[in-house]
Amino acid sequence: MNHNLLPVFPRQLEDEGIYIMREVAAQFERPVLLFSGGKDSITLVRLAQKAFWPGKIPFPLLHIDTGHNFPETIEFRDQLVRETGAELIVRYVQDSIDSGKVREETGKYASRNVLQTVTLLDAIEEFKFDACIGGARRDEEKARAKERIFSVRDDFGQWDPKKQRPELFDMLNGKINVGENVRIFPISNWTELDVWNYIREEKLAIPSIYYAHFREVIERDNMLWPYSDFLNTTPEEIPYLEQVRFRTVGDMTCTAAVASAADQVEGIIEEILAAKISERGARIDDKRSEAAMEQRKKEGYF
Amino acid sequence: MDILRIATAGSVDDGKSTLIGRLMYETNSVTQDKLEAIERASRRLGLEHVDLSLLTDGLIAEREQGITIDVAHIYFSTPNRKYIIADTPGHFEYTRNMITGASTAQVAIILIDARNGIVEQTYRHYYITQLLRIPHVAVCINKMDLVNYSENQFNSIRQEFRDLLGGRELPEQEITFIPVSSLYGENISKSSVEMSWYNGPFLLEYLENIEWHAGENHLPSRFPVQYVIRPKSEAFPDFRGFAGKVASGVFKAGDRVVAYPSMQESEIDHIYAYENPVDLAEAGQSAVITLKDEIDLSRGDMLVRKETPVAAVKDLEARICWLDSAPLRAGRNYLLQHGQNRVKAKVTQLSHIVDIQNYNIIEGAEEIGLNQIGGISIKTAKPIFADQFRENKHNGAFILIDEGSNNTVGVGVVV
Repeated sequence: MNHNLLPVFPRQLEDEGIYIMREVAAQFERPVLLFSGGKDSITLVRLAQKAFWPGKIPFPLLHIDTGHNFPETIEFRDQLVRETGAELIVRYVQDSIDSGKVREETGKYASRNVLQTVTLLDAIEEFKFDACIGGARRDEEKARAKERIFSVRDDFGQWDPKKQRPELFDMLNGKINVGENVRIFPISNWTELDVWNYIREEKLAIPSIYYAHFREVIERDNMLWPYSDFLNTTPEEIPYLEQVRFRTVGDMTCTAAVASAADQVEGIIEEILAAKISERGARIDDKRSEAAMEQRKKEGYF
Repeated sequence: MDILRIATAGSVDDGKSTLIGRLMYETNSVTQDKLEAIERASRRLGLEHVDLSLLTDGLIAEREQGITIDVAHIYFSTPNRKYIIADTPGHFEYTRNMITGASTAQVAIILIDARNGIVEQTYRHYYITQLLRIPHVAVCINKMDLVNYSENQFNSIRQEFRDLLGGRELPEQEITFIPVSSLYGENISKSSVEMSWYNGPFLLEYLENIEWHAGENHLPSRFPVQYVIRPKSEAFPDFRGFAGKVASGVFKAGDRVVAYPSMQESEIDHIYAYENPVDLAEAGQSAVITLKDEIDLSRGDMLVRKETPVAAVKDLEARICWLDSAPLRAGRNYLLQHGQNRVKAKVTQLSHIVDIQNYNIIEGAEEIGLNQIGGISIKTAKPIFADQFRENKHNGAFILIDEGSNNTVGVGVVV
């Protein structure tokens, strides 16, 4: 494919994202940007940089570290923080496990993805955050398609899909009662392709695992899982070397790889245009049940 | 590449979800795994064909009821355009969702079942396109396959719709009638073979050709200030930039501008889009404006070009749609939010309610209930800088916030 034929990023999405970032800074006392090291949260950091230039980003980044991260993601995170001068807060799922607030899952599908909700809610309480900016997109999953840009959560971080505030024109109402907080999604209207196009046009750096590389994997449920010490395997699951890339950067225990030789953004975009599998289809945690996402969101998951 | 925002409305069984699913499917916006998932689900339901409506029907509660209950956002794109559909329910209890979904739309798709013609809900849907002054309306007469693709049936429904308008057409609103079958993909992404008598555009062709930019830049220049950027850093010790999204019109470096409410005048020094100075900022663009003079200007204030002054009003007449279960009564206080400007407001009078089933006006209303639309008078503690909605919809709407619950309880347009 000729690279000149790649789709153009619709700039209105950036205008909207910057607008939302500024509304957050203006309407809330203690906002925070939830940073996972993934491409969506990297996009958020870029939007925040643009929204407040030449000032600094007026809120910290919060990383909930499951302890099962790809080392490349952590390396990337620290580099980005150095370059942008943003403040970084890290809270660890391991601490929630050690303090007995959550229990580690067992079995071959054991993951810390669900546990991180508890650590997140604790961090919100610890720092009294009233607004948490996240990189969720409505195209990711059916339950997300209905979520507002400003999504009010109660004391327990719960979301009630039947009691959402209407959002009219571009007016955002972030007024809340004590104890409530608001989840904010500036890239709600972006698709996976939009994010990749933005990364390409803005020349944003992303963790190396998004690009094709050789890695030890095992095959399970017709997917390629990254082999690591964190993954519980059966004797039949023999790791082998494969050229792969990741479409999302979740935990090493719940993020499947796709076989790919795309080692540049352009190649990735071309693969998405011919996509055979949707992004969240590579998230093992979503497969647990058809209504998995909605259930987890009601409980406070991002 | 630009974005076109579409609001869809239809009755429960008009086949709206199928139409949207069809648009997604035929523009290759559905990934293989999602397609396989709905194939499996269709087989489970014992259907002969793949039910494309399953692409958009999401929440658990919906699956129980078999209907859509909230605003869902759906995306598809062509090489020219990114489309955002706000899919809103057709049944009466959820008028608030429909207004929410349609408030930013440039196009509304109204679905009519070819077997049934105009129904009560058609009146409501069309009324909302008028209330919100949506510039383009596509009336899709669906399920043409069930009326043998009959031209007569199409013509008679079109005439029925024109009768419904009864001369109430908005001069700036364009209405197009398209006969379709979502189930079989007739007139969706290609011209229908079954309906060769129809000479108009098929739905996707219609959407691809809508020009919505024209005109927006000619509206009066309005820049509501969102945030003041003062880095006080070594590199930018004196920088004072006014951040916002241009509501309407155009701003250029060198423009003479007036700040509301201080009424102080200055000249635009620079306009920045991130670190790059730009020549101009157009409607919809997020920008930072610096001025030549130190003037009084902060969040909630408005910058306008000197040639296009805005009204600073404390008494206004509005048409309102009520969104809360507790009805609106005269004498109550709310927080009124117009753009970024929040002021205390009192609803001084209710003048009438519009019966959107038949467009009758009921004078002397005591209260305006959930999902009702009515006329009200409002007095604000401080001025807002608004245009009449009919003149400039980008600066003529507001929301009402209940200070007890903090909920958004009403949406109004200035008349």
